[in-house]
Amino acid sequence: MKFTRRDVIRTTAGAAAGALGSRFIGSSAFAQEGLKYKPEDGAKLRLLRWSPFVQGDEDQWLKNSKRFTEATGVEVRVDKESWEDIRPKAAVAANVGSGPDLMFVWFDDPHQYPDKLLDVTELGDYLGKKYGGWYDGPKQYATREGKFLGLPLATIGNAIVYRESWVKEAGFSEFPKDTAGFLELCKALKAKGHPAGFTHGHGVGDGNNYAHWLLWSHGGQMVDETGKVTINSPETLKAIQYAQELYKTFIPGTESWLDVNNNRAFLAGEVSVIANGISVYNTAKVNKDKDPKLTEIAKDMRTTNLPIGPVGKSVELFQVTTAVIFNYTPYPNAAKAYLQFMFEDPQMPDWITSSAAYCCQTLKAFENNPVWKADPNNAAYAKASATLRPNGYAGPLGYASAATMADYVLVDMFAKAVTGQATPQEAMEEAEKRANRYYRV
Amino acid sequence: MAVPSVAVQRPPSILSRLAESRNALGLGFMLPAAALLLVFLTYPLGLGVWLGFTDARIGRPGIFIGIENYQYLWSDGVFWLSVFNTLLYTISASILKFVLGLWLALILNENLPFKSFFRAIVLLPWVVPTVLSAIAFWWIYDSQFSILSWALQQMGLIDHRINFLGDPTNARASVIAANVWRGIPFVAITLLAGLQTIPQSLYEAATLDGASRWQLFRHVTLPLLTPIIAITMTFSVLFTFTDFQLIYVLTRGGPVNATHLMATLSFQRGISGGQLGEGAAIAVAMIPFLLAAILFSYFGLQRRRWQQGGGD
Repeated sequence: MKFTRRDVIRTTAGAAAGALGSRFIGSSAFAQEGLKYKPEDGAKLRLLRWSPFVQGDEDQWLKNSKRFTEATGVEVRVDKESWEDIRPKAAVAANVGSGPDLMFVWFDDPHQYPDKLLDVTELGDYLGKKYGGWYDGPKQYATREGKFLGLPLATIGNAIVYRESWVKEAGFSEFPKDTAGFLELCKALKAKGHPAGFTHGHGVGDGNNYAHWLLWSHGGQMVDETGKVTINSPETLKAIQYAQELYKTFIPGTESWLDVNNNRAFLAGEVSVIANGISVYNTAKVNKDKDPKLTEIAKDMRTTNLPIGPVGKSVELFQVTTAVIFNYTPYPNAAKAYLQFMFEDPQMPDWITSSAAYCCQTLKAFENNPVWKADPNNAAYAKASATLRPNGYAGPLGYASAATMADYVLVDMFAKAVTGQATPQEAMEEAEKRANRYYRV
Repeated sequence: MAVPSVAVQRPPSILSRLAESRNALGLGFMLPAAALLLVFLTYPLGLGVWLGFTDARIGRPGIFIGIENYQYLWSDGVFWLSVFNTLLYTISASILKFVLGLWLALILNENLPFKSFFRAIVLLPWVVPTVLSAIAFWWIYDSQFSILSWALQQMGLIDHRINFLGDPTNARASVIAANVWRGIPFVAITLLAGLQTIPQSLYEAATLDGASRWQLFRHVTLPLLTPIIAITMTFSVLFTFTDFQLIYVLTRGGPVNATHLMATLSFQRGISGGQLGEGAAIAVAMIPFLLAAILFSYFGLQRRRWQQGGGD
């Protein structure tokens, strides 16, 4: 794939004005108490972030960046890239020591190249103290051996999105809360001609979220606390068997689905239940005036958290994004000042509000953001940071957990078994072998 | 008494001798190209080979581990699946591209009305960026919205949508078809250029001798076209073997690695997964196949007896 879809957005219209102003943090627009980083003379920053799924997120981020430029005179250029392409871009930047000063990376990326990232522990501790502390899950992705490798920026929640009228038509007055009831619902929906659809393909977000939920909800885990691979277990077997039953209720083709397929199928009225971020609902809401069919779908859409399995509690992966500064940046102070500014009140709450429930706060003080009550469908995503379970549970985050996920070990295990290309036992054994490679047994 | 002045002939300096040496001058002119080759070809290749012998990860240089990466790959089912996929993809797509490309070239070489227009049209798939054509095929193959499935259903030929990218066999056939569509113009236009260099007088002489159309093709066209075929197919095989973009956009190697090529697996493990050493080892493992393909295409197809119309 050619990586030339970058759409450069310059956010520095106010740079000239800013250059005339103060060159240090402390002007009226940035007069909060606490840390003060003095940007280097002539500092310019380049940030690479993921393309937005909700337009308000990007718009507000650019507005906040402009505020920063006006306050400090530091130009910030914000580039964007498809979210799946961020990981390879970050890897290359880390390896060659050149590229954007700051980047929004995914999952356990910071643990893949910790030596290449600027230590922002002072800033992380300061923000944590000031804003009620960080949620544990996002913090784990951003910290290693007590040091902040970056700042946990947001959790992109994943939840069940369904058509209420079809669920009722299938004989369910409310959405089942457990996996057994969920399977019955999906069977009933399929019988009514409204199949469910969950990604069994190499979808970085949806594929991994679904596979981890299947595994964890049945008590399985890839590794134990010491990093020993434990995927070949009776619990995993139960998870696979459950997945096989559930797969029978799916629309054909989910083995080939990437991250966008479920959204498209849902908005076209082809499937009744998917697991996704709030973006699918926002798309329907934003475009409902252009298409009467979307108006109907948007009205009928409901969201809820994924059902609880035999393990007895809600266990889900969710995408976590961390803002990192590469240590090759010539402007470390400016970069830290920028992150500080973007995480402070009112910038961060403004951004969370504008992200329309797509980006969940990582600092506890922002949990009462009005966005979570602005629409009943937002509620399922409100506690994503509080409830998520990190990748590679129950082992440590690091090279191995990142590589195992990137190589779709878990996704392939389920896909192979549900499509009949391997028995559950064979699928588990292959996953065990592949995971052992990364966890180096 | 005045001493007569004697002009002392000093031996020419090394610099001036070098400046006048044709060999040194030639070497000097070659240096920039050699430096470029060294920096952009030899160094990356050497680095790749070295990385394949290390446990390098993203952001960490790694240590020498000998052939451990290769040992693991030897026992790795996914790697061998990617080798199988790559060979199937390359062989099937190259043969199809050759047959269809040659057929198209022969047609375009005839005196058709609007010849230039049709030649330009044939080039379209080649000039469209790979990512765009891959996205177009993504829609064509979509499990729910495939226009192909829809058309076949409307015609009453099928009663349910085809699972183009979800079924392993279908997925392999689908990505091969997309690659063929994209690669035909290159083969067709290059062979067309070759066809136009064949003197018309040879056809006239053979026709006077009573040669049939097949005999004209077999004994005039094919032998004279063989050197061009060799070059064209060498490049076609190389492009196909190392294809990445089409697979990355269409399937990411799925379903269950059924369409993973060595190039995509190398990227997945080396870059996305951070295991640079293993990714490099997969890339290095492509070299013997590539060399074999080049040697076959370049030397095999250029055998002189073929070109002279004889059997081998």
